[in-house]
Amino acid sequence: MAIGKDEVRHIAKLAHLEFSEDELGRFTQQFNSIVEYVARLNALDTADIQPTSHVDVGSHALRDDTLRPSMSREEALANAPESEHGLFKVPRVIG
Amino acid sequence: MSVAHGRTIGEIRSLVASGQVSAAEICGARLRRAREVEPRVKAFRTLLEDDALRQAEAVDRDRKEGRPLGPLAGVPIAVKDVLCTRGIPTTCGSRILKNFVPSYDATCVERLRRAGAVIVGKTNMDEFAMGSSTENSAYEKTCNPWALDRVPGGSSGGSAAAVAAGEVPAALGSDTGGSIRQPAAFCGVAGMKPTYGRVSRYGLVAFASSLDQVGPFGVTVEDVARVLQVIAGHDPCDSTSAPQPVPDYLKALGKDAAGLRIGVPAEYFREGLAPEVETAVQSSLTIAERLGARLEPISLPHTEYAIPTYYIIATAEASSNLARYDGVRYGHRAAGASQMETLYVRTRTEGFGPEVKRRIMLGTYVLSSGYYDAYYLKGQKVRTLIRRDFDLAFEKVDVIVTPTTPTPAFRFGDKVDDPLSMYLSDIFTVTINLAGLPGISIPCGLTRERLPVGLQVIGRPFDEETVLRLAAALEGALKFRDHRPPLDGTS
Repeated sequence: MAIGKDEVRHIAKLAHLEFSEDELGRFTQQFNSIVEYVARLNALDTADIQPTSHVDVGSHALRDDTLRPSMSREEALANAPESEHGLFKVPRVIG
Repeated sequence: MSVAHGRTIGEIRSLVASGQVSAAEICGARLRRAREVEPRVKAFRTLLEDDALRQAEAVDRDRKEGRPLGPLAGVPIAVKDVLCTRGIPTTCGSRILKNFVPSYDATCVERLRRAGAVIVGKTNMDEFAMGSSTENSAYEKTCNPWALDRVPGGSSGGSAAAVAAGEVPAALGSDTGGSIRQPAAFCGVAGMKPTYGRVSRYGLVAFASSLDQVGPFGVTVEDVARVLQVIAGHDPCDSTSAPQPVPDYLKALGKDAAGLRIGVPAEYFREGLAPEVETAVQSSLTIAERLGARLEPISLPHTEYAIPTYYIIATAEASSNLARYDGVRYGHRAAGASQMETLYVRTRTEGFGPEVKRRIMLGTYVLSSGYYDAYYLKGQKVRTLIRRDFDLAFEKVDVIVTPTTPTPAFRFGDKVDDPLSMYLSDIFTVTINLAGLPGISIPCGLTRERLPVGLQVIGRPFDEETVLRLAAALEGALKFRDHRPPLDGTS
């Protein structure tokens, strides 16, 4: 099942990426060979197999909800490309 | 590196503790070494000359004033540029984080500092740890100290090269599919990926969260154990770090290999394995037998499915993790975008390199509606089969030994245009990330062209002790340390 340029363009949109026509051609080709390669998993019957999303390390993710020191607003904003009034500044979102 | 300044952590630690050599002198000697070889090796992104000396002087003050010294007091250590360091740029080898300066230390970095280590700099890497040659760094190509026209491996190529070139006795890396063990093998040093959950991932910039793990590089197995001892252990800031107690790893090194049952998986000794790599690993196995270990042929039948499984799971997790780079809170922001959507797309398109884009795309694809079951769910199920292979094998054996990589270090440009062939260089290392197991690569020989060959020891979950024990026993018998990279004109 070959993946065409249009589908690659659609995935790029989902991933918030853009490619030139040139890149898109090369990319579609590489993409197809990788997808074809990973499709070899279909040779395995996994009907009764439980998926592994994470290896269990026996940790207890829940903790008491207690007050602790955290990053200051100033530090949190220190790497912001643009900030104003102690907030991250972004272009217009609506309208 | 002059013997007077110590080559290993053990030597440095005792020189500093006894006051024979100051931490500042040791740091100065390593910085001189770095200045001498960096123009050729290019292992570092950031070298902290003044700051490192200040840290070393603080250790010397502690000693003079009789304060207790930590287990790594005065030991210069390099840190892969994927680990957050307070006030020190952390680029992940990416343009998108070019000006990123974290406001906190990763837990493992904080633990190094508390142990008295001197952080001398940040090392080069494949962008976001995606790659096997460090050629995907947006900044520079790190060269293999054994052959400057060859890659150091990746993605922690800078850390491996810095240790191999004598710039530091030890370094930290991260390993998602082999990114510590493969460059360790290519550069002729020891490098360990601990069990998933053994070392905190807090402050490690995420690539694939269910596979990533931080680990040490060293000249010797003992040095790897000394660094692991400091960075291992539960961290409340990482909910996937394990609550298990941390054993005394140095004690494990005292035991020999007698009585160990070593599994040798047939699937790791098949076509594609370079004959010189096979010979070096096989003769190491013969040595292990002489040391009293028993070899058991085993089978890990799903090995051939590991790379496709890995590339589904790792890219799916990466596409989700890397969604955070959008030009809002940190990192690069594209200029002149008047709408949010445009800002996201332009920022990411300008900021990410080709391999990162490729993986984000593949990950987005396998998670997208209509393909999720066929790829992502399928990958997770095969991951279960791969884990089961190891569970069954470890019912019969204590450790597993394999080659770390199918070939020694390749030349620049050999694989960079063919993503699949680059992916296949991780074929012997990705399995243990999928299974969450600990593994170490140690140098076990040189090819005719004097390129190092790596041998991998794999253990049961949280049994780093047995892995280190066999690795140290083999290291003692193999005497690889007598070989040095030809950087000083004396090959």
